[in-house]
Amino acid sequence: MNPRYLLTSVAPLGADPVDVLLADGVLAAIGADARAQAGDDATEVDGTGLVLLPGLVDLHTHLREPGREDAETIRTGTRAAALGGFTAVHAMANTSPTQDTAGVVEQVWRLGREAGWVDVHPVGAVTVGLAGEQLAELGAMAQSEAAVRVFSDDGKCVHDPVLMRRALEYVKAFDGVVAQHAQEPRLTENAQMNEGVVSAELGLTGWPSVAEEAIIARDVLLAEHVGSRLHVCHLSTAGSVEIVRWAKSRGIDVTAEVTPHHLVLTDDLARGYDPVFKVNPPLRTDADVEAVRAGLADGTIDIVATDHAPHTREDKDCEWAAAAFGMTGLETALSVVQQTMVDTGRLTWADVARVLSEAPARIGRVTDHGRPIAVGEPANLVLWDPAARTTVDPAQQATKAVNSPFRGRELPGRVVATFLRGRATVLDGEPCDAAVVR
Amino acid sequence: MSTGMPASSGSLEHANVVLGAPEIGRALTRIAHEILERNKGGDDVVLLGIPTRGLPLARRLAQRLADVEPGLDPAALAGSLDVTMYRDDLAHQPTRTIGATDIPGGGLDGRVVVLVDDVLYSGRTIRAALDAISDLGRPRAVQLAALVDRGHRELPIRADYVGKNLPTSTTERVRVLLEETDGRDAVVIDGGTR
Amino acid sequence: MRHLLSASDLDVRDAVRILDTAGQMAATQAREIKKLPTLRGRTVVNLFFEDSTRTRISFETAAKRLSADVINFSAKGSSVSKGESLKDTALTLQAMGADAVVIRHQASGAPHTLAHAGWTSGAVVNAGDGTHQHPTQALLDAYTLRRHLVGDGGRADVSGQDLAGLRVAIVGDVLHSRVARSNVQLLHTLGAHVTLVSPPTLVPVGVEAWPARVSYHLDEVIADDKPDAVMMLRVQRERMSSAGGGFFPSPLEYTRGYGLDARRLAALPEHAIVLHPGPMNRGLEISADAADSPRAVIVEQVANGVAVRMAVLYLLLAGESPAPTTKVDA
Repeated sequence: MNPRYLLTSVAPLGADPVDVLLADGVLAAIGADARAQAGDDATEVDGTGLVLLPGLVDLHTHLREPGREDAETIRTGTRAAALGGFTAVHAMANTSPTQDTAGVVEQVWRLGREAGWVDVHPVGAVTVGLAGEQLAELGAMAQSEAAVRVFSDDGKCVHDPVLMRRALEYVKAFDGVVAQHAQEPRLTENAQMNEGVVSAELGLTGWPSVAEEAIIARDVLLAEHVGSRLHVCHLSTAGSVEIVRWAKSRGIDVTAEVTPHHLVLTDDLARGYDPVFKVNPPLRTDADVEAVRAGLADGTIDIVATDHAPHTREDKDCEWAAAAFGMTGLETALSVVQQTMVDTGRLTWADVARVLSEAPARIGRVTDHGRPIAVGEPANLVLWDPAARTTVDPAQQATKAVNSPFRGRELPGRVVATFLRGRATVLDGEPCDAAVVR
Repeated sequence: MSTGMPASSGSLEHANVVLGAPEIGRALTRIAHEILERNKGGDDVVLLGIPTRGLPLARRLAQRLADVEPGLDPAALAGSLDVTMYRDDLAHQPTRTIGATDIPGGGLDGRVVVLVDDVLYSGRTIRAALDAISDLGRPRAVQLAALVDRGHRELPIRADYVGKNLPTSTTERVRVLLEETDGRDAVVIDGGTR
Repeated sequence: MRHLLSASDLDVRDAVRILDTAGQMAATQAREIKKLPTLRGRTVVNLFFEDSTRTRISFETAAKRLSADVINFSAKGSSVSKGESLKDTALTLQAMGADAVVIRHQASGAPHTLAHAGWTSGAVVNAGDGTHQHPTQALLDAYTLRRHLVGDGGRADVSGQDLAGLRVAIVGDVLHSRVARSNVQLLHTLGAHVTLVSPPTLVPVGVEAWPARVSYHLDEVIADDKPDAVMMLRVQRERMSSAGGGFFPSPLEYTRGYGLDARRLAALPEHAIVLHPGPMNRGLEISADAADSPRAVIVEQVANGVAVRMAVLYLLLAGESPAPTTKVDA
């Protein structure tokens, strides 16, 4: 039997404070009814000053299991997700073995259920072994228990145009979507960072914006031609925003995501050669940061997704060129969005709910997350304190990895509680290990 | 004291001037005569000044030697010997700028080298100079001239020619100012308890 | 100066001080006894992750002439090829009591990482990192330029002087050249005007932020700029092939456009000198006529390299040592 929670004086999507009752896994009552129906056994959570949002949905998470359990496991990664306010994550396919068969995606899905922190939706690989040569068994993955709807070779680009066309067409049969990691491989051989003034000075091989933009331009045209939907992972350049804006204006069924780090960090950070700032796609320029913020604000960019990429210390404690690409993000995502988009007046809390919950759930065809805050809806929720301030200390985070680019930075906001189907996974800012771990 | 002090000579408000320009001039003249007397002329003599202030002193001595013995060329008599790279205290001081070493033509072999320094104190600079000389050649003899000997030797080193013996306490600071480097000639003592 | 990682670490005062010190060092190298006791008891480690016999020997000679103990650590080809090993190597050297680490590495920024990750307390000297920096090469080039082109062609004392007003053309593969990056910064700091001459494919995107002019035409630069010095960069033949990036169509076409041959040499001002960091590709970026002409100071650059590296080691190691580190934050 799920416990009952009475959240008092919370601000749903930032609106006027009300009481909210969670019972039997759903939002049982909102407003005056809530306290009346709460009964004696409901746990009361003082929500004064807190914003109530639908549980966050990440369309782009690397949980590393199976294969790199030294960097992260499904259990540690999903616990970090819950602490970041997420109730569902999409686990990227670049595991070892690759999530390119029904067997592997079901294993990930099952491990996610057993962990219990968030709903884990495995992403299926587009091609066998992410090799970009042969389509993986997309249908089998879609029909598996994991019910995969998002397919991606993330980490690698499906660069063969014919293969990309086939994938876009094939997933139509089960309402799937291809999430493209847009990186033209020939233009980015040995690339280490954004190509520009800083790469020229640092002598690090440049990663031109056009390597991303050319693939996005090709893919939106392919999606238009075959009438499929396309999702663009972690776009990072002003040009990419322009192309997606153009595609949407033509009615092409394309969605796009931006990561929290691309909303705030720039390639200047490479100057210290600290590999914690080495990421794919690379950090870009101030102009690009402004463009992706504008794109997110005007709806060109549909969602924020973390691209949470945990790495072991060995993979980051070395010279830049030898280091792995990626940064963690689950536990800082909402803070960064608040800082860059809400505190700057570019998004409301309702918009935040859209870009971090409703839209990613819709793109991933996850039906029980990203729902409105209304009576009868599944109680997948996060309670957020926008007035709090936290200095990021990777050692204190729940993720196994310490490669947070926000190390030592003060960020706004804090997760007070996260509820998955009415059950608290985080309460008073602390993970509810006893309740979750079975 | 006299007027027209350049600012670069630092504050001399509380400094005690122990030698003025005339005394310095007389001391150098006396040393020049002693060098000639002791070495039976100036033919084999090479005056090596230790930068910074040993160098102008060596040049002045060379001029005086030439004044007495008109056959001598003062320019060929004086050189400079930088000892920085031979010091034993490099690791205990801020990085020192290396000065020029300039040995007059004819080299050092078989000649009498007179080292010239402004202040003789611990003797460590002279120890370094002796090492430097031995890397540059093999003089017949090495002698030492110092404008001021302030005592407190830490090595068995003694000057052959001294402008003035100046008993000091270790807390005091002795500064030699020269026209060429400081705009005027003076020896001053400051600091210390008196 | 705690480390020498990049030419951009040096302001004009630092740079002139190094050149002046190198001048004094060079003077000692003309003597019969070349060894100085200056760095007795100090340990210099040459940590080379990339083959470069010339640079290693130059640093080794410099350290030995100053009486430092030299340990050569060649890490290429061994298990040391990536990642953690730079850290482990650094910790090993720290344990061995290295006062200075001279590092050559194929990864841009590796010396920076070594200096700032807390793995070693010694001074770090960048002896060339990837396509980033090679500051001692730039210093020896500046030293050579000053000797020949400042103070009446080397007849007057040049100590204390910079390179104000000199015009230097740097010709060749700028994109992959750490020598070019270091020289552009250092020569600019010293007041020289730098023109980079290169096919457009071998100029980095972002070059517009560099304090240098860019031209695609060597003949025009020689005719219009009348450079006081021409610095030829090494071009690797492999860059021509598709696998090497396909930066130019053929070696012959490169040589026609950007090689220094007898004709171009004759077109230079009479006083102009020719530099090359070595090793040269004779017949590609420089013809034998040019390389062996009296105006080429390429062999002298090698000798000056020792003096400059002596100066750098002296300035890094001779002063007060930082408080002895007993704990290394690893």
